[in-house]
Amino acid sequence: MSDVSSALLPPLRARGPVITERHWVRRLTIAVALVFLFLFLILPLVVVFVEAFRRGLGGYLAALQEADAQAAIRLTLTVAAIAVPLNLVFGLMASWAIAKFAFRGKSLLITLIDLPFSVSPVVSGLIYLLLFGAQGVWGSSFMAHGIKIAFALPGIVLATIFVTFPFVARQLIPLMQEQGTAEEEAALTLGASGWRTFLTVTLPNIKWGLLYGVLLCNARAMGEFGAVSVMSGHIRGLTNTIPLHVEILYNEYNFVAAFAVASLLACLALLTLALKSYLEWRHGAALAGGASH
Amino acid sequence: MPGFGITLGYTLLYLGLLVLLPLGALVTKASSIGVTGLIATASEPRVAAALWTSFSLSLIAAAVASLFGLLVAWVLTRYDFPGRKIVDAIVDLPFALPTAVAGIALAALYAPNGWVGELLAPLGLKVAYTPLGIFVALVFIGLPFAVRTVQPMIVEIERELEEASATLGASRWRTVWSVLLPPLLPGILTGFALAFARAVGEYGSVIFIAGNLPYVSEIAPLLIVIKLSEYDYTGATVIATIMLAISFAALLAINLIQAWSRRRFGHV
Repeated sequence: MSDVSSALLPPLRARGPVITERHWVRRLTIAVALVFLFLFLILPLVVVFVEAFRRGLGGYLAALQEADAQAAIRLTLTVAAIAVPLNLVFGLMASWAIAKFAFRGKSLLITLIDLPFSVSPVVSGLIYLLLFGAQGVWGSSFMAHGIKIAFALPGIVLATIFVTFPFVARQLIPLMQEQGTAEEEAALTLGASGWRTFLTVTLPNIKWGLLYGVLLCNARAMGEFGAVSVMSGHIRGLTNTIPLHVEILYNEYNFVAAFAVASLLACLALLTLALKSYLEWRHGAALAGGASH
Repeated sequence: MPGFGITLGYTLLYLGLLVLLPLGALVTKASSIGVTGLIATASEPRVAAALWTSFSLSLIAAAVASLFGLLVAWVLTRYDFPGRKIVDAIVDLPFALPTAVAGIALAALYAPNGWVGELLAPLGLKVAYTPLGIFVALVFIGLPFAVRTVQPMIVEIERELEEASATLGASRWRTVWSVLLPPLLPGILTGFALAFARAVGEYGSVIFIAGNLPYVSEIAPLLIVIKLSEYDYTGATVIATIMLAISFAALLAINLIQAWSRRRFGHV
């Protein structure tokens, strides 16, 4: 009897594992994916550093020490130092209001906070120009009082705030919604003030998510090109951020200097990716609830 | 819970002043131009050509990014190979690398004397300074959207489904095609729509490799910048309004896909 049944049933594992692909298919798929990623992601990164060091370490350092490059670096750091903290405070405020309370129109509010991500960088610059440019709604009245917004630091900061607006908030909102209000309510019942509850209960719970959001916000703030390009006016040594300085050097066929300055931003990108991966790997659970993008 | 008034108040004020007011300025300007003015500017040959270049190349690039994104996401979740974690992290590079840096790097690679351009030149393929260059930059920028929307869905596939399909006698190819792929479709489409929306508005990574020849390789965002440098705020506003409409249509499409997916598959 047992002979018959074993003859009727097909040997299940005779053709190898049935829930994965054949060996050569796997090999081929991995190869295609890796070649594609190498061509599209790795090579552009490598070429930045190779071109930057084309005239050796001396040429590289000279490009970075040049006065206009130094001014661009200072301006980028200044812009990020203003825009990132402002968006950080906003992100905390917005996620507290949205995650800890129930009110009407909440999903509309979340959609509006996400809005800047779906606006083209160039359009993000344009909308501020329509307000503060020479032909803008308030442009002439600000100028009459000697306040320069477009083609000056305030305009660059405004454009940067716009393009990095959602980063911190969209990281914190789902995270804080997930965590609920039980721990905060316990602290409040025990007599802690609202501010103390936030500092000692909420903040430790969201610190990794907050860091993650700030990291992405900062990377974009320092690297933004389109929006800042429209609002900056490209005044060398005055309103050129690092990405704009890269553009100018490149258009002047000063490739070594362009790639040397660009390599600073490439290093920032690599550092951001490394920290981001570290946070995901080490504190993945504490980031959960927040979709990474 | 304390702090509702102040946090919501601050949120609305900040959002209103920095996002809604400037966007409102664009809407006001566009409505002062009116529908006829809008159509008149949009049908200027150079504007229409730029819009078409951006729109059509973004569609093709998003499709290619989705295809390779699916492949990369599959390889990263299903197969093990040395350096998998690093490759996984590198996928986000286009998010992290400033667009101007990506732009000059791609231009240097695909220029006729660049590392890749040199290999393609004997084949008669010119990438840099042609629409093909725009396509390459848009695939670069769209790839992480495609990978990151599908990847978590591949992780979530229940292995029992595949086992059942295999036990019932389906070939591996048939299992992949008719059991595994259909539930991934909403993710693939969402990734496609995100990559498309990003590509239409992309500026920095494109302008260096595009060549920017009017009627041939000039993208819509660049034409906005050109109009602004000529103080033609009206022309710039018209192009911006059309681009905003396209990206909102893409957003709407994403929401529809996700609603459909919830009904059809019970998940997003």
